[in-house]
Amino acid sequence: MELIKDLPAIFEEFSEQRKKSFMAAYECKQKGIPFIGGFCTYLPKEIPYAMGGIMVGLCSQTGETIPEAEKDLPRNLCPLIKASYGFAKTDKCPYFYFSDLIVGETTCDGKKKMYEMLGEFKNVHVIELPNRQSENGIALFRSELIRFKEVLEEQFETTITEDQIRHAIHVYNEQRKALKEFYGLQKMDPPPRGGLEIHRVLDGVQFRFDIEEATKQIRETTQRVIDEYDPEKYKGRKRILVTGSPIGVSMRKVVEAIENNGGVVVCYENCGGARSVDELVDEDNPDVYDALARRYINIPCSCMSPNPGRIKLMDRLLDEYKVDGVIEVVLQACHTFNVESYKIKKFVTEERNIPYMFMETDYSDADAGQVNTRIGAFIEML
Amino acid sequence: MAKLSLGIDCGSTTVKGVLFDGERVVDSCLVATSARPALRMHEVYERLHSPEVGYVVTTGYGRELLPESNKKITEITCHAKGAHFLGGSVGGVIDIGGQDSKAILLDRDGNVSDFLMNDKCAAGTGRFIEMMCRILECSPEDLDKFAPKGPTVEITSMCTVFAESEIISLLAQDVARDDIALGVIRSICRRTATFSSRLPMEGSVFFSGGLARFEVFRSNLEKALGRPVVTHPYGQLCGAIGAAIIGHRFIK
Repeated sequence: MELIKDLPAIFEEFSEQRKKSFMAAYECKQKGIPFIGGFCTYLPKEIPYAMGGIMVGLCSQTGETIPEAEKDLPRNLCPLIKASYGFAKTDKCPYFYFSDLIVGETTCDGKKKMYEMLGEFKNVHVIELPNRQSENGIALFRSELIRFKEVLEEQFETTITEDQIRHAIHVYNEQRKALKEFYGLQKMDPPPRGGLEIHRVLDGVQFRFDIEEATKQIRETTQRVIDEYDPEKYKGRKRILVTGSPIGVSMRKVVEAIENNGGVVVCYENCGGARSVDELVDEDNPDVYDALARRYINIPCSCMSPNPGRIKLMDRLLDEYKVDGVIEVVLQACHTFNVESYKIKKFVTEERNIPYMFMETDYSDADAGQVNTRIGAFIEML
Repeated sequence: MAKLSLGIDCGSTTVKGVLFDGERVVDSCLVATSARPALRMHEVYERLHSPEVGYVVTTGYGRELLPESNKKITEITCHAKGAHFLGGSVGGVIDIGGQDSKAILLDRDGNVSDFLMNDKCAAGTGRFIEMMCRILECSPEDLDKFAPKGPTVEITSMCTVFAESEIISLLAQDVARDDIALGVIRSICRRTATFSSRLPMEGSVFFSGGLARFEVFRSNLEKALGRPVVTHPYGQLCGAIGAAIIGHRFIK
């Protein structure tokens, strides 16, 4: 595909990362670095990093292991949950395989119950994530993060100091700033890059073990994109914001449909994008656990009730990225995003007067034709 | 001097072609899509194309299949344009096609302002009627001849396969064929009304697609929607007409 062909070398390195990942994980493990596997952006990566370990995103982005998962899990469950469980069962994912501890979180109902089953054959710790962003919720989450630190200390026979956590906070804040600068380039009109290239970097960084080196490379990529800016390349395209569930492998199908039909993705308001990267951890807060709890619980995912942060973030992104249309993509059986789409649609169309389209999909390509027609019609409408 | 545009709509069941002179449909044709949509599109193209044709627009699920096409546009946009042309100031369009159905909200100028598609399931589409006709051993052309014989029959299954068994068990209970058919038609219209109720339609609705030929569908849809439903003898050609109208603007 043309867009991929044009990538600078450094983009390629991010995507290759996933192919080389088994060996890379293996080498990492030989050096004695513990792997903490996590599923969700609500888990503070800073805590495992503070003890010299690494938080890895657990493969749940392709449908490959869904049939295996369906031996135990209901078929009409969200594909992300089924795929996560399937990868754990089949040892097909290097991160699952090498994870010394798997950390779940009480986000949506399907995941909560799946972790109970996962715990039968994997070493699983579940963090209680309150579903309300209140002071009570923050206090509970803070105590859960301290408990998480203690679990790591017990299981890996080590001590994690507050200074180590403070350093980790700084390291990850730098990476967040670098990522924001990178995807923020799409604010330009016309934007410099296609949505798949942006997605590739945002996604690839989740599978890097060398955090500071990855941050440096993101900054180099940002500079390269600025240097190579060609205003003609995406001129006249409709500027699309993609929101909704984390959709894993389906992102390709959606972004290709957008960009083959006269659009360009300028912003991702989802788990790999602004939703999880936008806010920094307060480095001046003397209580590191309070700082982490406040920042992480503030992630505006639909599992929060209510979830005003998502509207607030969306409001700002619509302006900053001069969005022409919003496409919400929700995974089958993802109840919280599915229900919340009502509020998002209302806000986007009635308060912001911007066209909005909702679609449901799964990890298969069975609906690629329909996705293409719907998105094509939406962009023709803009 | 080129002055005609050609619109071709390749749907799942039929391929429609329309020649448009800027004001009127001057010629049209319709063939079954069969298993070879590219070939059928080419047949339609060969039948209608002449030196007078200055621009070709293709639409429908086969829109990418004709190499001679100057522009490919989705059926949503084309149905909206076609409905605005055929139905005048309608507030929306309901298209029941062979394998999907769509509801389109129009602005005053006949542009799409929102739309919904039911493209995941054959229930409530032309396929559903084909299935029913096969079991009831009738032709779609008989649809308007059915008249109530006994008490109203409800078909409740949401799935084409389950509805098939429901029809078979009704036949086993000796329920009149006419009543079953009318029950199926009502169920499709109700389903379409429920699905389209998420769009804030106002005024009358234009009914397009193959089923729009049947008065029994139009009247039942009108009842289910609770608003006037209009159609046109060219209702089945709506998408192709919209494609040709859009194409006409591009003739040099």
